[in-house]
Amino acid sequence: MPTEILMPALSPTMEEGTLAKWVKNVGDEVAPGDVIAEIETDKATMEVEAVDEGRIGKILVEAGTEGVKVNAPIAILLGEGESESDIGKSGGDAGGEPKVATKKDDEPVAHSGDQARSAATVTPLEERRVPAEGKTHPDPEDPVGDFAQELPEGTEMVSTTVREALRDAMAEEMRRDQAVFVMGEEVAEYQGAYKITQGLLDEFGARRVVDTPITEHGFAGLGVGAAFGGLRPIVEFMTFNFAMQAIDQIINSAAKTLYMAGGQMGCPIVFRGPNGAAARVAAQHSQDYAAWYSHIPGLKVVQPYSAADAKGLLKSAIRDPNPVIFLENEILYGHSFDVPKLDDWTVPIGKARVHRKGSDVTIVSFGIGMTYAVKAAEELAGQGIDAEVIDLRTIRPMDMQTVLRSVKKTNRCVTVEEGYPQSSVGAHIASEIMVHAFDYLDAPVLKVAGKDVPMPYAANLEKLALPSVKDVIDAVKAVCYRD
Amino acid sequence: MAGRQSSASGGSAKSKRSKTVDTESGKEIVRTLEEFSAPKPADFSKDEELRAYRDMLLIRRFEEKAGQLYGMGFIGGFCHLYIGQEAVVVGMQMAMKDGDQVITGYRDHGHMLATGMEARGVMAELTGRRSGYSKGKGGSMHMFSKEKKFYGGHGIVGAQVPIGTGLAFANRYNDQDSVAITYFGDGAANQGQVYESFNMASLWKLPVIYVIENNRYAMGTSVARASAETDFSHRGLSFKIPGIQIDGMDVRAVKAAGDMAAEHCRSGEGPIILEMMTYRYRGHSMSDPAKYRTRDEVQKMRSESDPIEQVKKRLLENHGMSEDEVKEIDKEVREIVADSADFAQNDPEPDPSELWTDIYADEIPQVAE
Repeated sequence: MPTEILMPALSPTMEEGTLAKWVKNVGDEVAPGDVIAEIETDKATMEVEAVDEGRIGKILVEAGTEGVKVNAPIAILLGEGESESDIGKSGGDAGGEPKVATKKDDEPVAHSGDQARSAATVTPLEERRVPAEGKTHPDPEDPVGDFAQELPEGTEMVSTTVREALRDAMAEEMRRDQAVFVMGEEVAEYQGAYKITQGLLDEFGARRVVDTPITEHGFAGLGVGAAFGGLRPIVEFMTFNFAMQAIDQIINSAAKTLYMAGGQMGCPIVFRGPNGAAARVAAQHSQDYAAWYSHIPGLKVVQPYSAADAKGLLKSAIRDPNPVIFLENEILYGHSFDVPKLDDWTVPIGKARVHRKGSDVTIVSFGIGMTYAVKAAEELAGQGIDAEVIDLRTIRPMDMQTVLRSVKKTNRCVTVEEGYPQSSVGAHIASEIMVHAFDYLDAPVLKVAGKDVPMPYAANLEKLALPSVKDVIDAVKAVCYRD
Repeated sequence: MAGRQSSASGGSAKSKRSKTVDTESGKEIVRTLEEFSAPKPADFSKDEELRAYRDMLLIRRFEEKAGQLYGMGFIGGFCHLYIGQEAVVVGMQMAMKDGDQVITGYRDHGHMLATGMEARGVMAELTGRRSGYSKGKGGSMHMFSKEKKFYGGHGIVGAQVPIGTGLAFANRYNDQDSVAITYFGDGAANQGQVYESFNMASLWKLPVIYVIENNRYAMGTSVARASAETDFSHRGLSFKIPGIQIDGMDVRAVKAAGDMAAEHCRSGEGPIILEMMTYRYRGHSMSDPAKYRTRDEVQKMRSESDPIEQVKKRLLENHGMSEDEVKEIDKEVREIVADSADFAQNDPEPDPSELWTDIYADEIPQVAE
């Protein structure tokens, strides 16, 4: 049966074009790959190549014709043993409408039409809520978030710095799983730029504690490849400011591969290091990236405050089958907290912790933001305001259940973070509360954030740029309508 | 040292240090770099020629069909065809052992077919259907097969280079004999992360073969207009990585270089660069203005250096095959491709619920909840 040669599209948006020139003529033999014609649009020129072997039987569209619709037959190709007299038999009117529909026209049989929405159409909320098949979402009544991490009776608590807790977490996981290794700048012989990896080289050797050159983009990508290859890398960034050099590998390679591979292959990796302002290191070394990473589906984002959470969450992060961004804080490294003395202390990712129970207002924070929140709550107690303080611990997936349950009780909420205010974690929380607890609110949700400026160097300006305990107290009083 | 090479054809890199002799023909095998030189291609057995012919032809026909389906609107977005470069991936694949890994950029259909991934699954991914390798969620540039050790399919120019280096890191960490074959183009060769990877790979002696597919144009920019050093086999010198230029249109030359490079890696000597001098016949993507090179240039490569025609000629002249016997292979390949196209047009689109799957490897609610 003679084959129709159709007008091809240069791009998914092309609907018609000019048939500029025929390179082959009626009677010419063509082989696959031979250029048979040239087509043009306002944007580009393209050669039309033969896909099948045969002889040009008839030219249906003359050279120079403008406005030739995509998929319109432009010529007829005759196969072996076929002649011009067979042309009428090509399964319908050869010169008529194309048999194969374009995307704009009827969908091919197999398309399930509802998928082909134009970009301008807003997906109805119901559809966006379609849960993934086989996935169960947390029960809204699940009390887990209301947190009392159950410890065996008589568990000994040991005062530990965040620094030691992080080191212990890595050491325990490296003992547990041979596939776990840590790499980064100065993690081995120098014992860690901030001494988080202290002692690991001695215990695990240079094979598993790997000093890298100063090459963030390179070793982040190398870590991703190692994870693809079956290892469990912990990639330390000396600070997350430098991870900006590696952002493409973190987002495009680590976070998106599982989805792009249809679930076939993922990237279990931990990117960790200090994040946010330290002290007097100015704009390029002082930024909180919590909101940035929390924007990305495929990443989990953890930002602990206490040493117990730092340890338990880092162990969970290392075991997690997904890429986890683990945001630490240089100032918190030296803070001591009680850590339970247990063989295997883990904290689940995605669960907030009620740090302080209260009834008048909910203060939501995470990481070093908790230092302001906790002090503010103490001072407020003295002034007769009983604040509930929630430590989010994980920014993504965010435990909104715990936040909402608290806000429905207190009817007021203040968020606290060091990051910039626009598109901040607090902004997201405020939006979620508005959607899910609007009727419970007695005041607008206020967010306390870092000032909307690059971090200055001067001590007094730096202090002004960061949130303060007073900022939190003022915000709480504002939502409580107190002076 | 130009025009010199080892007497032991296809032998190890080490042997080349002791003995070199002048080349006989030297055709497009460009020159020696330090002690390394392109190994003399050995003649293929009839079986090898047949495999090369069939595998290259499958890629050629598949790509032609993909181009056609793109023109018909079945394939969307970007679609980068491999036509002209088939000898590179097929020759390298013939040099590989089980367990070796492959990773490349976005001109990846040929690599997938060469690793043995099914034409149906690749084509169905191109049409965005549920039986595609990524369930229709990855498309032309993002496909993977853990089973076939194909690690993508990467849409960001150069991003596959550190990742391939990481696969080699894992091989070394696990004490495995496998080699990570990391392909990238002359365009990607100017990305900074490539050199970050070179440095670490050489420092840690990682078993990675960097295959630079120099097809002369990064989109529409010729190598000379983009690169201060146009000899990419030199690009590893500052990192003590040897490099060789290879006639990437001759599948035998590619295989010989692949054999040598794999042995170099497996013997613990670290990475090596193979610069494949190749050519893409088609545009960069589907909408290519084709203004940056002449038709004559393309035509000359097609008529004088076509990798498939070279093998076909040898099958006919040296291995006693008849035109009809070769046509049988053509027919078989054409059937596979036609079947894949038919399948890919009729396979259903992914179920809408798939929008929400495979974001995390465990059960995580998304923000829309």
